[in-house]
Amino acid sequence: MSGRTLLDVDDLRVTFPTRTGLIEAVRGVSFSLGRERLGIVGESGSGKSQTGRAIMGLTPPQARISASKLAFDGVDLLAASPRERRALRGKRIAMILQDPKYSLDPVMSIGRQIVETLRTHEKVGKAEARDRALAMLEAVQIRDPARVFDLHPHEVSGGMGQRAMIAMMLIAGPEMMIADEPTSALDVTVQLDVLGILDRLVSERGMGLIFISHDLRLVSSFCDRVIVMFAGKVVEQLKASELSQAQHPYTRGLLNCMPRIGFERHPLPVLDRKAEWAA
Amino acid sequence: MSAVENGAGRGSARAAAFASSLGRFLVIAITTYLGLLAVTFFIGRVIPIDPVLAVLGDRAPANVVERTRREMGLDLPLIQQFYIYVTSALHGDFGTSVLTTNPVMTDIRRALPATTELATLGTLIGALFGVPLGVLAAVKRGSVIDQIVRVIGLVGYSVPIFWLGLLALVLFYAKLQWVAFPARLDVVYEYTFTPITGFYLLDSAMQGQWDVFHDAFRHIILPAALLGYFSLAYISRMTRSFMLNELTQEYIVAARAKGLSETRIIWGHALRNAAVPMVTVIALSYAGLLEGSVLTETVFSWPGIGLYITNSLQNADMNAVLGGTIVIGSVFIGINLLSDLLYRVLDPRTKVR
Amino acid sequence: MSADTIESRRAWLLSERPASRMQARLGRAYVAWRRFSANRLAFLGLLIIISLLVIAALAGVLAPYSPTFGDLKGSRLLAPCAEHWFGTDDLGRDILSRILYGSRWTLYVVILVAVIAAPVGLLVGTVAGYAGGWIDAVLMRVTDIFLAFPKLILALAFVAALGPGIENAVLAIAITSWPPYARIARAETLTVRNSDYIKAVQLMGASPFRIVLRHIMPLCISSLIVRVTLDMAGIILTAAGLGFLGLGAQPPLPEWGTMIASGRRFVLDQWWVAGAPGFAILIVSLGFNLLGDGLRDALDPRSGDQ
Repeated sequence: MSGRTLLDVDDLRVTFPTRTGLIEAVRGVSFSLGRERLGIVGESGSGKSQTGRAIMGLTPPQARISASKLAFDGVDLLAASPRERRALRGKRIAMILQDPKYSLDPVMSIGRQIVETLRTHEKVGKAEARDRALAMLEAVQIRDPARVFDLHPHEVSGGMGQRAMIAMMLIAGPEMMIADEPTSALDVTVQLDVLGILDRLVSERGMGLIFISHDLRLVSSFCDRVIVMFAGKVVEQLKASELSQAQHPYTRGLLNCMPRIGFERHPLPVLDRKAEWAA
Repeated sequence: MSAVENGAGRGSARAAAFASSLGRFLVIAITTYLGLLAVTFFIGRVIPIDPVLAVLGDRAPANVVERTRREMGLDLPLIQQFYIYVTSALHGDFGTSVLTTNPVMTDIRRALPATTELATLGTLIGALFGVPLGVLAAVKRGSVIDQIVRVIGLVGYSVPIFWLGLLALVLFYAKLQWVAFPARLDVVYEYTFTPITGFYLLDSAMQGQWDVFHDAFRHIILPAALLGYFSLAYISRMTRSFMLNELTQEYIVAARAKGLSETRIIWGHALRNAAVPMVTVIALSYAGLLEGSVLTETVFSWPGIGLYITNSLQNADMNAVLGGTIVIGSVFIGINLLSDLLYRVLDPRTKVR
Repeated sequence: MSADTIESRRAWLLSERPASRMQARLGRAYVAWRRFSANRLAFLGLLIIISLLVIAALAGVLAPYSPTFGDLKGSRLLAPCAEHWFGTDDLGRDILSRILYGSRWTLYVVILVAVIAAPVGLLVGTVAGYAGGWIDAVLMRVTDIFLAFPKLILALAFVAALGPGIENAVLAIAITSWPPYARIARAETLTVRNSDYIKAVQLMGASPFRIVLRHIMPLCISSLIVRVTLDMAGIILTAAGLGFLGLGAQPPLPEWGTMIASGRRFVLDQWWVAGAPGFAILIVSLGFNLLGDGLRDALDPRSGDQ
């Protein structure tokens, strides 16, 4: 782990009351994050996204969140008032969502959405905000920032939309970023571009990154450490470089799903899910 | 690659798309208006066994009946009659009113501003209260406010407007004397006041006659508030439903992740997105009030088209009834079509494609 | 019945692998009923409608006085009192009795309009949806044209031509209210038209007529019922409006809208003469609206929020 701890999560639980009883989406997740890249891997429904949203404070109002510790840079997030948490969001902790087609406001120009983040957190004039937004668009490798500034989200491609999203979330200079499947909705050809941009910005600015994905291959090539989640629990936590020595059968199962050239794979392996892993 | 980078040729594609949607729009507009004329033609000329009797009454002498029959073109084949009907309707010629002996169009021109003023004020009231109530109900979903808005809406959908109007008159005019009697102005002003546009509130304010303005306000406020309530019931319900839909979208999560305040998220993002369909709803509600004016104007003796139609109905004055029907129908259809067009113009998403 | 058998019956109803068509159908109905009865307002609506039916059936027994003949000498325009709960009108007739009998006319209008308009809409919609092509285009254009008309004004003009009366009012309302049903039926038809089981029936040589009648129309029924229920309030209000303008039911029929019209003359002094029938209209319309909302939520979970 590099540097001091940014985020400390201990025994995080997220429960949703429903008509048929309580549904535990996250059941006692613990980890800590420094200025490094941490990957969280799991299938859909494993609780990885809810973990990210609980840290952001973006779980729906009916959800119940508990943890013996949930602290960002010494600030106890569960004890913080909504106002204090809101001041953290966007300013010190940011989040990138999956699909720019839905996560950007369709009736507001891209430029205005970026400026909005900045002016929520810093007292800057209009002209200066515009200049900084343009600079940010350039930083995410958009070639013609002045033109894209005035475009609406539907007028740009998915790759460009996600770059705009990154610009919007990074403009206030956060120290930590949660990226929830940031490339899953993109074309394969632009996935690497976007990842490259994200990678560069995170390391340049010395940010902590939580990279949430279902794609173990992507996570292992991109992150320093990997957490594997299953049914709301962490089943294994290990360095990305030591992935091949994974112990847990579920992680092994995920690894076995990766195709390799030159190996005959018939029948295709089916992922094993055992009830006792979730216990 | 990206949509931005291959911008060449998009201009012409956009022009073509615009032309084709304009063409479609024109076809819809023309067929709908023709349909309206066909239905009123059917009502006026085909259903009555003898339209001449419907116009003249059954005590007219035989030679007059024969002359009228020829004047009305009733000896011609139906399709030719329809052609004549359409051309004269397009010229604004709906015949003469038996009741007032004026050309129907003259009467309607005099009555239209009264109806428009009432419906406009009603829609303003409805939108001004309905939109915030709907937003509030959606944001505080399941709360007491949500329940209250729901009940207000349900009662609005269920109550007979003319009945509520009568009871409101009993309470606010007869018992409390907060408002003036059913009419458009006090008799004193009827003869001294010269309208310009026909919207009395506007006219009196423009001329600085504040006593007339006050009087006009005391007359219009009750029927307008009543129409406003109906409009509010519809608008608040639709606003709530649009807002609930917007609030579950991912861009709301993103806006929260940016650290925006709830106020900013609700009014600056969710409502801005809901505003596009809201325009259609408000336009439809306006059209609905124009139509609902038939009952309201009757209750409040408001000298608009609605009262004109019902008075003519009671005197079997078919020309006037059909003329009024065509005019209100045309405005109604026009607003419907315009709101559809407005939707396309307002939504940035429909500009490309 | 012991708790055990109730439990096993519920399990049978909620089974994810129904053994017969009947079991699946009952199971679906049970789930819909559970969702419906959990909604208290919808339940209230159902109660109101059931009361309306009971009152209409038993009006002769329940009404304390004759609805058409009153005591002209001693009881004109009486305020509500022990003998006349809702007071009396200008002809000395007991208003409560007239309202109880009036429920029959409300039901008469509502049922007749539904029976005329819903099948017309169903036919137009399913034929347009199944046939496609120019038939679809023409039928839907006609539907949209009617949909764009102002309903009340058009009904007014129709009655003006046909002559006042409750039957003509029903006809006029029916003529203006079928288009939404056609739209719904067409939408439903389009979703099933290309499904495999329709293909299978086609291969077995069924005629288009039979396919539409036996295999497509039944599928449109449930959404149509919801829509008709939601429209009932509107039908009642339009009929009452026509009655109020003197174009619907004619006196001395105890139709509620007509009663308001005749009470209008004394509304400033004897407000209850017009007040009571209007209140009856409000309650019944509210009942249909609540019931319709509840049915929609129960039968279509997707629209539950709206």
